[in-house]
Amino acid sequence: MKGKKGPLLFFIAPFGLLFAAFYLAPIGYAIKQSLYKIERQGTFGKAQEVFGGLEQYTRVFSDGPFWESIGRVLLFGIVQVPVMLGVALALALLLDSGLVKGKAFFRLAFFVPYAVPGVVAAIMWGFLYSPNLSPFTALTGNVDLLSADFVLWSMANVVTWIYVGYNMLIIYSSLLAIPQEVYEAARMDGAGALRTAWAIKIPLVMPAIVLTTVFSIIGTLQLLAEPAVFRTFSSAVTSTYTPNLTVYSTSSIPNFNLAAAFSVVLALATCLLSFGFLKLTQRGADK
Amino acid sequence: MKNVNRIGPMVVMAAATLYFLVPIWWLLVAASKSRAQFNNTTPLWFADFSLGDNLSELFAYRDGVFLRWMLNSVLYTGGAALIGTVLAAMCGYALAKYRFPGREAIFNIVLSGVLVPATALALPLFLIFSQFEATNTFWSVFLPSLVNPFGVYLARIYATASVPDELLEASRLDGSGEVRTFFTISAKLMFPALVTIFLFHFVAVWNNFLLPLIMLGNERLFPVTLGLYSWNTQVNQIPELRMFVLTGALVSIVPLVIAFLFLQRFWRNGLGSGAIK
Repeated sequence: MKGKKGPLLFFIAPFGLLFAAFYLAPIGYAIKQSLYKIERQGTFGKAQEVFGGLEQYTRVFSDGPFWESIGRVLLFGIVQVPVMLGVALALALLLDSGLVKGKAFFRLAFFVPYAVPGVVAAIMWGFLYSPNLSPFTALTGNVDLLSADFVLWSMANVVTWIYVGYNMLIIYSSLLAIPQEVYEAARMDGAGALRTAWAIKIPLVMPAIVLTTVFSIIGTLQLLAEPAVFRTFSSAVTSTYTPNLTVYSTSSIPNFNLAAAFSVVLALATCLLSFGFLKLTQRGADK
Repeated sequence: MKNVNRIGPMVVMAAATLYFLVPIWWLLVAASKSRAQFNNTTPLWFADFSLGDNLSELFAYRDGVFLRWMLNSVLYTGGAALIGTVLAAMCGYALAKYRFPGREAIFNIVLSGVLVPATALALPLFLIFSQFEATNTFWSVFLPSLVNPFGVYLARIYATASVPDELLEASRLDGSGEVRTFFTISAKLMFPALVTIFLFHFVAVWNNFLLPLIMLGNERLFPVTLGLYSWNTQVNQIPELRMFVLTGALVSIVPLVIAFLFLQRFWRNGLGSGAIK
């Protein structure tokens, strides 16, 4: 260890300081802010920030629209994440199966949407869904994809479109890392392509699937760009449609203390869900 | 029998390709049409090709604010990803290659940072920056974008896998300092991995929406995503903006697509490595 303290500090301190300033400090600050409230002396008195204890949290927990929005993104996630990852896994297995020609082209074609920012993708699909602008009039003429019944699933399609290729690549690269001997053994046992995929490939890429699931859960709870953009296209998307939209609209009232409490609850819920999912899959793997 | 086996998968791949590429194709076609033709020509095929006119109109609109947004995005994103990758690489490398008390604790704190959603930080960051009266500045978006905990996680994995301890010992015996060894030897060995970290970081910052939305009020500081968003919210009042939104959307995805094309061989193989371990 002698003589390495200096270099060690040099390597770790820059990231460490920024991490403390722009990750840890905001978390601490949000928690502190959420424990305060604004009080006025009389109707026209000066506003003053005073300690409010858990008052903001009582408001959060009795805030109907906020919990509705949590329910909405959970429903969204329960449907969209498995569909997206199922498609990604299927495409990765097909790419890896040796049955497909032009692998390099498909890999690139599927990945292109990942290069499109969420805001831009949402604007583009918003046009594609709009009855009077869409090229798919046969569909949009009959079903209003931007109506209250459909708009959540229309957004799910946007998110799926962006991220299938990205998730497919993660799964595909871990398929590539499986040693060839494993397949030879399967072939000797007379396993066909489907059986090899089901009994060998999928279990071996499970860590990659778990990782992509965790990222997808985090992403779902954070939904913001898509619903924010869709507010222009559809009146069904309210200012509290997703938890993050609620945070944003609460902070532009402005009620920073309540918005901070929303943020804290949302971050906790996200950590709990993704951590819980990790633990659940680990326990499954131990059996 | 063999042919039948191949047709099924190829049909699936072709259908998927259509799903992924048709929207972008539509955007390209739409951005190449004049306002009049946008509404009354076949949406999925070109009419008179006026992409050039649309572009020059877009770039000239309101003193070229769109070009300013593109430049901002490149500065926010390129700068943050470049510096952020170097910092993450150094930290991850140190966590992989040195044993010191508190190493695992630091790693775990950074790792839990991966699970903290970036959007949860945007509002408190705004409040902190407003204490220093530094909101609505370039730095208020740039500085927080430098931090990439996932990059540290990846860098640690890559450093463990690609930098042999023997090599470090050898360079120590040659009298090379630790820092010099990192920049001359280790960083080179980690290079493909660093490109992957850079790309991830680049995409994350390029896509970041809530932070600039909350931080910035001055239009001339907007990144292109926020600029397009603000135009899109005004489309109903100012219909002429629609063409600018479409053309601008097309222009905004070009840099990333080019970056991905050029750096293909890195992300193709590098992306999954984080998932294997």
